[in-house]
Amino acid sequence: MKTLSFVAGALMATTAGAETLTVYTYDSFVSDWGPGPAVKEAFEADCGCDLKFVSVGDGAEILSRLRLEGTRSDADVVLGLDTNLTAAARDTGLFAPHALGETDWTLPIAWEDDTFIPFDWGYFAFVYDTEKVSNPPKSFAELIASDLSIVIQDPRSSTPGLGLLLWVKSVFGDKAGEAWAGLNDQVVTVTKGWSEAYGMFLEGEADMVLSYTTSPAYHLIAEEDASKAAAAFSDGHYLQVEVAAKVATTDQPDLADQFLAFVASDTFQSIIPTTNWMYPAVTPSGGLPDGFETLIQPETALLLPEADAQDVRDEALAEWLSVSSN
Amino acid sequence: MAERILKLNRTNVLGALALTGVLGLTLGTLIAVALRADGAGAFGPADWAAIRFTLWQAALSAVISVILAIPVARALARRSFPGRGFLITLLGAPFILPVIVAVLGLLAVFGRNGIVSQTLIWAGLEPISIYGLHGVVIAHVFFNLPLATRLILQGWLTIPAERFRLAASLGFGPDDIQRVLERPMLRGVLPGALLVIFLICLTSFAVALALGGGPRATTVELAIYQAFRFDFDLGKAALLALVQFAMGATAALIALRVAVPGGIGTGLDRAVRRWDGGIALVLQDVLCIGFATLFLVLPLTMILLDGAPGLVRLPHPVLWAAGRSILVALASVILTLSLALPIAALAVRHRSRLVEGIGTLTIAASPLVIGTGLFIVIFPLADPFALALPVTALVNAAMALPFALRVIVPVLAGIETDYGPLADQMGLTGTARFRHLWLPRLRRPLGFTAGLAGALSMGDLGVIAMFADPERATLPLQLYRLMGAYRMEDAAAAALLLLMLSLLMFWAFDKGGRVDADA
Repeated sequence: MKTLSFVAGALMATTAGAETLTVYTYDSFVSDWGPGPAVKEAFEADCGCDLKFVSVGDGAEILSRLRLEGTRSDADVVLGLDTNLTAAARDTGLFAPHALGETDWTLPIAWEDDTFIPFDWGYFAFVYDTEKVSNPPKSFAELIASDLSIVIQDPRSSTPGLGLLLWVKSVFGDKAGEAWAGLNDQVVTVTKGWSEAYGMFLEGEADMVLSYTTSPAYHLIAEEDASKAAAAFSDGHYLQVEVAAKVATTDQPDLADQFLAFVASDTFQSIIPTTNWMYPAVTPSGGLPDGFETLIQPETALLLPEADAQDVRDEALAEWLSVSSN
Repeated sequence: MAERILKLNRTNVLGALALTGVLGLTLGTLIAVALRADGAGAFGPADWAAIRFTLWQAALSAVISVILAIPVARALARRSFPGRGFLITLLGAPFILPVIVAVLGLLAVFGRNGIVSQTLIWAGLEPISIYGLHGVVIAHVFFNLPLATRLILQGWLTIPAERFRLAASLGFGPDDIQRVLERPMLRGVLPGALLVIFLICLTSFAVALALGGGPRATTVELAIYQAFRFDFDLGKAALLALVQFAMGATAALIALRVAVPGGIGTGLDRAVRRWDGGIALVLQDVLCIGFATLFLVLPLTMILLDGAPGLVRLPHPVLWAAGRSILVALASVILTLSLALPIAALAVRHRSRLVEGIGTLTIAASPLVIGTGLFIVIFPLADPFALALPVTALVNAAMALPFALRVIVPVLAGIETDYGPLADQMGLTGTARFRHLWLPRLRRPLGFTAGLAGALSMGDLGVIAMFADPERATLPLQLYRLMGAYRMEDAAAAALLLLMLSLLMFWAFDKGGRVDADA
């Protein structure tokens, strides 16, 4: 009898409990030091619901995961795709338009999209330790000519990896294959996601890691360590805008809309700079944290329009796979 | 007479059911995969590279393991020292060692911050990198050097001690012994050993996942996973799955034709007395045994040292994952035995090599191929991700089946030869025969099989990587995630926990099989 009432109690607890909003995102977003915990706390205080983050590898894996699950997915919101993937994501028909009104984004590009809303942005860059690398490369050509070891991410699973693919393609065009052939000698390994690669770099497994111009801010602000820097490339830096969207098959459409509005709010946006270590999509009322002014500012921002990104991706991916598998 | 037929029927029905299950898992999933692969695009250069890499690393791993194993086996065969028996037992341990644990241990030894690299840096040399081909090969040699040593040692021990006595009386030196006695033996033993290791390395997934360095070091198994998880390209995954099966089946067929020495034999405790050689040979043998032992023990010692401090404060998700892994392993044990016993009974009753052959089919099938097939079959009916754990237990059981049959069939055949006619006369059939005749005598092999199946399942990182999300992670997957997040202290502690649970799983069942077995 005791057991029975316990089971009944447990059942009651789950059915009578708050509604749950399930958000698919990438690993580092939900890590203890990422934005996840603070975002969860702030949103739950607001909505009276349960916010459940599910981490599914790196950004690009989120999309394949959603396609694998199809209409059976538990996801209500997806957070962590970027503009290089939005065309492919749109084509799946798995995403629904958002209900967000006019927003004053502070992005380096104009933003007009009925489905995807930006939540942060940054420039890809190779990050190094100034105490170990005294003469950092100032361009891809210099990087290829150097004997610095690098660790990069797989473009099929990781948005930085995909970003690098398009970065190299934007800089070298038809010669991208040759550039990769030169670069590959320096690649220690290609990791599945950003977390693995950055961890390897911090452990000293490589001289440089593909990350963001904003990554040194983490070491400066959170660790008071000014030794990490991003190498400024005269070729320009590829831009990443990270986006969130509502899943079409969600059973919590209102909560999902509420969450997307929260993403564009000052609360969420002021959490981003010192947890996700990216530029916020809307500059928070308090401005950027101290230390961000020390970061390098790329002279040229590179970004392929959404539609081109998809075609270029397929071509560049085939090229990279072909050159890198030899 | 009627009872006899009834009994036969029961054996037939249960055996046929189990065989159908195995066929469904291997050929059935393969057909599902093949139907899906229809119309898939042609292979790109990366796919060919994956095929080349798979064959190349498997060949390299097999050759290196065997070449290194020869002197070690020779040393073990001709020396007798305290702890020799224990060492030979230890050589069987990598078989039940979780791959991902070994990878972590190898990283601690051969990684950039590992002992070897640090020593090299200290000596002013370039550190080594463990990522890519050499990392994969190092890991495979770690796993297969012991196996090769055991296989070759068996060969050595088949040379009768009298031959060495005769050789000594004829005044043979070490070279003569090598020429007349040892080389002919090696010619018989080596092809089988090479093929077995080649076959094992062919289906390598976890090692390539953790240590492969991008497209240059991708095995076909890993490519299946990538096509599945990264590209959502089921057609490509299916096509690769067919290639994997073809490679495995070809290698397995060749291996069956070549005399393959027993895989996990035991009880090699007797050193042959030798009269040849002097102090130089002794020194050589000591070095061989010493290096091999160091190579095997050092990575595990590192796990022990790194993992012990964190063991008491393991994060909750790791403990949950451990709980899940124990359940999966126990389910896999039950499934393995309920497949193996009926098939063994059928094979023995009909003296059918075919039945046993079908039971061993899964050695050529790969977990990822079966996983892809199951996904394709399950997807229209249910959420495959929700079934991640049952599917893992099932695939683990299928993978353990060949080993189970190898252990159970000979013993059961022996029982039936010795006691079968008497039991028939006494009308001991059905459940009674199982309980009173088989079970007491099968206890040891059943315990050993259960231990093997449990430990293999406990440490498996294969199909679960395809299906699982964080809430359904097993301990090996959780460990892989911790490594990915570079939480090395937690990873080491989780690795130690996984290692202990695997060994415990094996020990408990094996021990359980021995209780009363000799009474």
